[in-house]
Amino acid sequence: MILQANGLRKFYGEFCALDGVSLGVDAGEFVSIIGPNGAGKSTLINILTGITRPSAGTVRYKDREVGGIGPVRLARLGMARSFQLVQIFPDLTVLETLQAAVVARLGRGTRLFASLAGDHEVQEGALEVAELFGLGDQRHMPARHLPQGDKKLLDVASAFALKPEIILLDEPTSGVSTADKTAIMETLVAASKRIGLRAIIQVEHDMDIVFAYSDRIIALHQGKVLADAAPAAILSDQRVIDAVIGRRARAS
Amino acid sequence: MKRGLVVTVATAAVAAAPFVASTYHVLLMLPFMAYGVILLGLNLLFGYTGLVSFGHALFVAIGAYTGAFLTTHGKVRSLEVILVAAASFGTLVAVPVAALCVRYVKIYFGMLTLAFGMVFYTFVLKFYRLTGGDEGTPFLRPSLLGQSLDAMPKVDYLAGPYYYYSLAVLGLAALCMWRIVHSPFGLCLKTIRDNPAKAETLGIGVTRYRFYAFVISAIYAAVGGALLGPPTGNVDPTLAYWTHSGNLVFMTLLGGFASFFGPVVGAFVFIYLQNWVMSIVPYWRLIFGAMLAVIVIFAPEGLMGLVTRRRPAPTSWP
Repeated sequence: MILQANGLRKFYGEFCALDGVSLGVDAGEFVSIIGPNGAGKSTLINILTGITRPSAGTVRYKDREVGGIGPVRLARLGMARSFQLVQIFPDLTVLETLQAAVVARLGRGTRLFASLAGDHEVQEGALEVAELFGLGDQRHMPARHLPQGDKKLLDVASAFALKPEIILLDEPTSGVSTADKTAIMETLVAASKRIGLRAIIQVEHDMDIVFAYSDRIIALHQGKVLADAAPAAILSDQRVIDAVIGRRARAS
Repeated sequence: MKRGLVVTVATAAVAAAPFVASTYHVLLMLPFMAYGVILLGLNLLFGYTGLVSFGHALFVAIGAYTGAFLTTHGKVRSLEVILVAAASFGTLVAVPVAALCVRYVKIYFGMLTLAFGMVFYTFVLKFYRLTGGDEGTPFLRPSLLGQSLDAMPKVDYLAGPYYYYSLAVLGLAALCMWRIVHSPFGLCLKTIRDNPAKAETLGIGVTRYRFYAFVISAIYAAVGGALLGPPTGNVDPTLAYWTHSGNLVFMTLLGGFASFFGPVVGAFVFIYLQNWVMSIVPYWRLIFGAMLAVIVIFAPEGLMGLVTRRRPAPTSWP
């Protein structure tokens, strides 16, 4: 197991957002976390990525306890994430955004007088990821001028530029058109193979995307794991259909 | 290329000023060059990191008082030693102040820096025996590059050797800052300015980088502060007062914090404008207050923003 969570509980005051969630992710897996609003998906991903400290339970990544250690240290350990709401650096160009990720990965951020333009490893690393995500033609465009779909792609691309071992994607296709969703997912899967990503965890509402790409699906409901199984098994689980997927979605 | 040409022409014009301009205007250039150094540093924090300090006069005063103490009580007259001492003492004070302040952002950061500035102001004002209180401390004429120039008339000294020394310090400070903002470190600061939460997910330690930016900007402020002393020959507590910090922010806004040279342009325009307005009306602060309001409303990117806005927008990116 690359990532293992055991007995995660999270309280906000008296409200229990997560109630004894356990899960594991193996190398080579694409795992989707699904659940209705308020199921605890965002809390879970925030705990897995070190932003939120669990009230109880443990998160182990590469045999190290990482609960609440913060995103900076987790990124250095090889875990990256993207956000549900697009997170970009508005005034930086596409290339600068990716350069920042490469600089952080190479641990060169404290080089005060080094020339960024003269650092070929950073330049080439950023350009490689830009091309991989089809952003090469827009590399000099400020991120704020990108179309919404490309902003989403840049957000994900910057996480990939860290060359992580595992990536957590919080609704990677939210806010983009239906036509762009498949394109984004195809790009993402191709890029993950290219950089040698060991595992992907995504939170996703679009069941077409979930069932098309997942090796395993974890269904959350009211802060608990309702089911943790392969897509075919999930589709035949009446509790998941009633609480999470819905009959109409299943029929489609 | 075009920017390089403009900088070369501007530098040549400043270098030629003692030969073509009146002594009065040449002497006005001295605070401009000192403030140029200070604002290059302040803008690393403001324009590149997104933190607005309302207490940076603290470090300007530390630099100025370091020079005054060394020349008056320490018998040290070498300006090179004074600048190094100012930078060192500025660092010493900046480290604990930065460690506390950079944990906060926006108005909380601004208020905390203001508070530290006022603490130091009160210290230099009240510890009369040590600082001379409101009368200040003399800043004796420093030697330049090992040359004692005491025999030279003061105006000749300031408009000659000291002028070019200040210009060289400003040039060196600009060169170093140019390297810093175009380095991997500078890029990391820009990510923090734009989106600190996203920067953290890339593994960029936001607090740590803010701390470094704060300390570097304090060093620049202290060095610039030390350069402010010799022209007046005296340093007093107003250097540390909060209105002085406000002036630094005003100069940066006036020139444009989004541009590398914006704050330097802001310092130049502020000093000449202040001098001109003060010569014609006694209530210059009223005029400057109105100007600040106009800039914030109509030209939020300052004078440099007005210049760059005139350029035709690119239709496509290469």
